[in-house]
Amino acid sequence: MEIDYKKIEEIIQRYGTEPEDLLMILQDISEIYNYVPPVLVPFLSQKLNIGESLIYGVATFYKTVSLEPKGKYMVSVCTGTACHVRGAEKLMDALENDLGIEEGGTTEDLEFSLEGVRCIGCCASGPVITVNKDTHGGLDRSTVLESIAQYKKSG
Amino acid sequence: MENRSSLEGHRKSLQDNRDSSEKRLISLCAGSGCGAYGTDKVYKILLEELEKQGLADKIEIKLTGCHGFCERGPLMVIHPEKIFYSRIQPEDVPEIVETTLKNGEIVTKLLFKDLGTKKKLETEAEIPFYKLQQRLIFGKNPMIDPRSIDDYITEDGYKGMEKALFDMKPDQIIDEIKTSGLRGRGGGGFPTGIKWATCAHHDGDRYVICNADEGDPGAYMDRSILEGNPHSVIEGMIIGAIAIGSKQGYIYVRHEYPLAVDNLTKAIDDARKYGFLGKNILNSGFDFDLKISRGGGAFVCGESTALMASLEGKPGRPKAKYVHTVEKGFRDSPTNLNNVETWANVPVILNMGADKYADIGTEKSKGTKIFSLVGKVVNTGLVEVPMGTSLRTIIFDIGGGIPNKRKFKAVQTGGPSGGCIPEMFLDLGVDFDELSKVGSIMGSGGMIVMDQDTCMVDVARYFVDFLKDESCGQCNPCREGLKRMLEILDRICAGDGVEGDIPVLEELGEMMQKFSLCGLGTSAPNPVVTSLLYFKDEYEAHIKDKKCPAGVCKPLFYYEIDADACKGCTLCAKKCPEIAIVGEKKKPHVLDNNKCVKCGICYEVCKFGAVKIM
Repeated sequence: MEIDYKKIEEIIQRYGTEPEDLLMILQDISEIYNYVPPVLVPFLSQKLNIGESLIYGVATFYKTVSLEPKGKYMVSVCTGTACHVRGAEKLMDALENDLGIEEGGTTEDLEFSLEGVRCIGCCASGPVITVNKDTHGGLDRSTVLESIAQYKKSG
Repeated sequence: MENRSSLEGHRKSLQDNRDSSEKRLISLCAGSGCGAYGTDKVYKILLEELEKQGLADKIEIKLTGCHGFCERGPLMVIHPEKIFYSRIQPEDVPEIVETTLKNGEIVTKLLFKDLGTKKKLETEAEIPFYKLQQRLIFGKNPMIDPRSIDDYITEDGYKGMEKALFDMKPDQIIDEIKTSGLRGRGGGGFPTGIKWATCAHHDGDRYVICNADEGDPGAYMDRSILEGNPHSVIEGMIIGAIAIGSKQGYIYVRHEYPLAVDNLTKAIDDARKYGFLGKNILNSGFDFDLKISRGGGAFVCGESTALMASLEGKPGRPKAKYVHTVEKGFRDSPTNLNNVETWANVPVILNMGADKYADIGTEKSKGTKIFSLVGKVVNTGLVEVPMGTSLRTIIFDIGGGIPNKRKFKAVQTGGPSGGCIPEMFLDLGVDFDELSKVGSIMGSGGMIVMDQDTCMVDVARYFVDFLKDESCGQCNPCREGLKRMLEILDRICAGDGVEGDIPVLEELGEMMQKFSLCGLGTSAPNPVVTSLLYFKDEYEAHIKDKKCPAGVCKPLFYYEIDADACKGCTLCAKKCPEIAIVGEKKKPHVLDNNKCVKCGICYEVCKFGAVKIM
């Protein structure tokens, strides 16, 4: 994959090369590539003047950053308490079956990743899932499949 | 704005405009809950329909933050009558425009029906869910477009800031907060005024921080405040900064709350444009600015020292608090951290006066508290009530009780640090001190209702599993204790529990409570400890009888159709994905346990209660 270094520099400039903004820089990079390509670690280390170990430390500590490729659509099943007692597990089962991947996995065509997340703050509408930034609420085994159908490639 | 009088002039002209406007106002909830049910589509069609029916210039639509009654979303309030429509589908919109907006009549099918009296209720004020609340913090949401600073100013916004800048000395502000009795809404309940005073007392570059890393699963009031009324938090922080003498503030908000980040970013930009942030605010000589930092999805970052480490760009690991953060916190400087709801209370206190504020609530817990009432309850949503309101009032009167004729079993309060409270304590008033007497806490306000179909061992296992993932791993008691607890609970839920598991769980819990480094670890065993206290029989059923009475732990139960109760409606057989149920119409059905995968569909769809958990 080609890395657009100009774009990365723009992201860093947005935050003013403050090492304190490392996490947000990594999150913004993820917005472009769906993950942080590990080749960028030495580059960031040099630009922000911080050790590669700290960058690895931060990238692996926080869940919103991944060093491994993720699908174009991130399907997140909320497993917060309210969704849990209303059957979030059943949504996860249905999605695992439908997408043919396990929780934490990514489809081979890099279209979908499936993960469980802890509470996205839509507790009253539970159980809910998010697909990238869209939220779908009040789901059950069958409606959850309808809600992700729209993201699938036609044909 | 150059100075105070230009702000006051601006507010007056906005209010005059509002009062003289002849347009009808529609307040459409665009909070996350309603959003998940499709507010976007309703809004789009509403705009088209108004255009089509020639009403576009006679109606003003406000896309507002959360109205609270999320269960009934999408919600709409039509002014001036305050007609309340709920569960609006896109196809209902033409009728609303035609019948209500054009002809001034009510669309009855969209009204809320009182479950007790079966009466259809026209306005919010009549609905028990709203009638029993006191919405000091949330009340203005339906009148404010969160992306409009003018809307906030119209509703007397930034008046508290004016007072703090021009009418009061920093000490007086702190005294006012002390008098109000405000305590930290994040769950700790530390008196806010004392915290401010201690921070102001230490020399250095002082910082104020808003903890918006709302991580408790099942709690979302902070999200809704940030999304729905971001200026109230900003104003609170400006007032705090004046009192403490801080020039820079940070809002640490979850990356998982994109709408909150967006609305907050816009609000900060607008506040800066209006001269409420930056140098020489309203020509008062006071400088203060705010920056947003997005958290990375680590529950432990809600702990103050971990949050500050994260703000510094490091992994968010807590430190031992030999020195308090008000003395040495962010960048080793005196730092005052409060949570979203606490900050949002500050302008309210300055506007209504500390004495009047202190009249609300109980002796030691003042003001109101927002609860996220979720789980197995009819009216889910955000509920703001005076401190001291009983659990029964919240769950049964406001919440409407338990759906589907099921029985109440417990309410989980305080998130992973809290506990499960059984029915016998439902008359306790909820405040900072009362719930801790029965082993739980009020915490940040999560209230997850559980019914007879919730397995308490599974819930304890759920929280331990959550915390095991979220433990930062620095200290042994928390890291290893949670792992061992989870192993035991996994075994119990799988039917492999042995005599002696319960004492080991109790011992592990005690060890973690005593020796963990931070609050996450010391409170981590609470869900297990309280469920053992009140629901030991369920643990014993799992271990000794190898039964899960609630029908959750799959290896420990099976379904059976009660031939006497079964009416032969065939619904279960039709819905069963494994074709495990057979039977003729109007004759009792039979379930083949060799084929059954225990998905529970038959149990949920049966209207006669004929599917039994064995």
